[in-house]
Amino acid sequence: MPNLKDLRLRITSVKSTRKITAAMKMVAASKLKRAQEQAEAARPYAERMERMLGSLAASIGETQSAPPLLAGTDRDHTHLLVVVTSDRGLCGGFNGQVVRGARARINQLRADGKEVKILCLGRKGRDGLKRYFETIIVDTVEGLTRRHVLFEDADDLGARLAKMFEDGEFDVCTLVYNRFKSAISQEFTVQQLIPFPVMGTEEEEKDQEPKRDDALAAIYEFEPDEETILADLLPRNLGVQMYRAMLESYAGEHGARMAAMDSATRNAGDMIDRLELSYNRKRQAAITTEMIEIVSGAEAL
Amino acid sequence: MADQVEFELVSPAKLLVSEAVEMVVVPGVEGDFGVLPGHAPVISQVRPGVIDIHGDGKVIRRIFVAGGFAEVTTERCTVLAEEARPVEDIDAAQAEQRLVAARTAVEHPTDDADPGEARARARELRVAEAQVMAAQQG
Repeated sequence: MPNLKDLRLRITSVKSTRKITAAMKMVAASKLKRAQEQAEAARPYAERMERMLGSLAASIGETQSAPPLLAGTDRDHTHLLVVVTSDRGLCGGFNGQVVRGARARINQLRADGKEVKILCLGRKGRDGLKRYFETIIVDTVEGLTRRHVLFEDADDLGARLAKMFEDGEFDVCTLVYNRFKSAISQEFTVQQLIPFPVMGTEEEEKDQEPKRDDALAAIYEFEPDEETILADLLPRNLGVQMYRAMLESYAGEHGARMAAMDSATRNAGDMIDRLELSYNRKRQAAITTEMIEIVSGAEAL
Repeated sequence: MADQVEFELVSPAKLLVSEAVEMVVVPGVEGDFGVLPGHAPVISQVRPGVIDIHGDGKVIRRIFVAGGFAEVTTERCTVLAEEARPVEDIDAAQAEQRLVAARTAVEHPTDDADPGEARARARELRVAEAQVMAAQQG
């Protein structure tokens, strides 16, 4: 049975924990706001680029001259998984979700007889995956989200992926990350980067009428020509997609942290209530006992 | 409006310009081209240079871009640029400095083994040159 002093200490300690979690929640909320704005500001570029790539890909079609970044290497053996997580913890199930998803994917790919390599962005992803897959982690990049996400970093990563691809280190590259859905929910997302997935075919099957844009795409003129533009555009698209994933993940991280800290603050409050109740009860019991002692002492005289 | 073209200038960080204008002149790799409403659809690479936005028959804004891509349809002109800033914001001295730095980098490469690096340096030099030119004209 804890005595009164222990209870008092316990209450002070939980109170200070609550202060910390409340402060972290506020910090996460303000960072979330900025991250969300940045993510939204970056959307138009990525969308336009996708549209342009779509028209180019539709125009170049299945011709022999399609660059490997678009057409792939004709093989499907080595997969590179780029796992985007945060550098810091205390954000609920945010990183666990990505790690779990990545693990399931790796196991499935391995079961299909593929070779898998991992590139981790963010420390937590590495921490979570190295227990099972330490030998296949190619590299870990940390500190990308120290202050805020920079396009230059994303672009460098894109260039690095393009180089690895050229060197034949992998055939297919997939990006796994948490997509920011709302301040309290993130969606685990798997996105193929290399070869660039041409959306056209699938969508055309679904709705043939609203896809008038595709018919238009066929009549674009190109300066200088499709191959040159694609050769320039595809590596850049890698950077853009990386940038987008990093921004989404960064915004998601802060959303998750905000939610986690909010519930931690609430739990601390509940705990303080319970502790105070038992503290008061005990105090009263002590007083009562003392009074009974005095009264019975007086009676005995 | 039928006699205007929707012009958009987008950088990775944000949508910089989105407005209806009379005409834009875009520095394409195969020469500058003006975009008026009803222009034939074109996708073009953009070289480092200046985009002129025309209104009322004269140039109303000039924006420097460090290369990118342009997509033109009959009613729209979208330019994707990695780096863009209004010409009047270019600091001539800074532009000169950048040019000197880029020249030094090209003439005295520190790692000549990597062709990718060499390409990047050559690109940087072209961007810097174009920026200095833009600053002088602006």
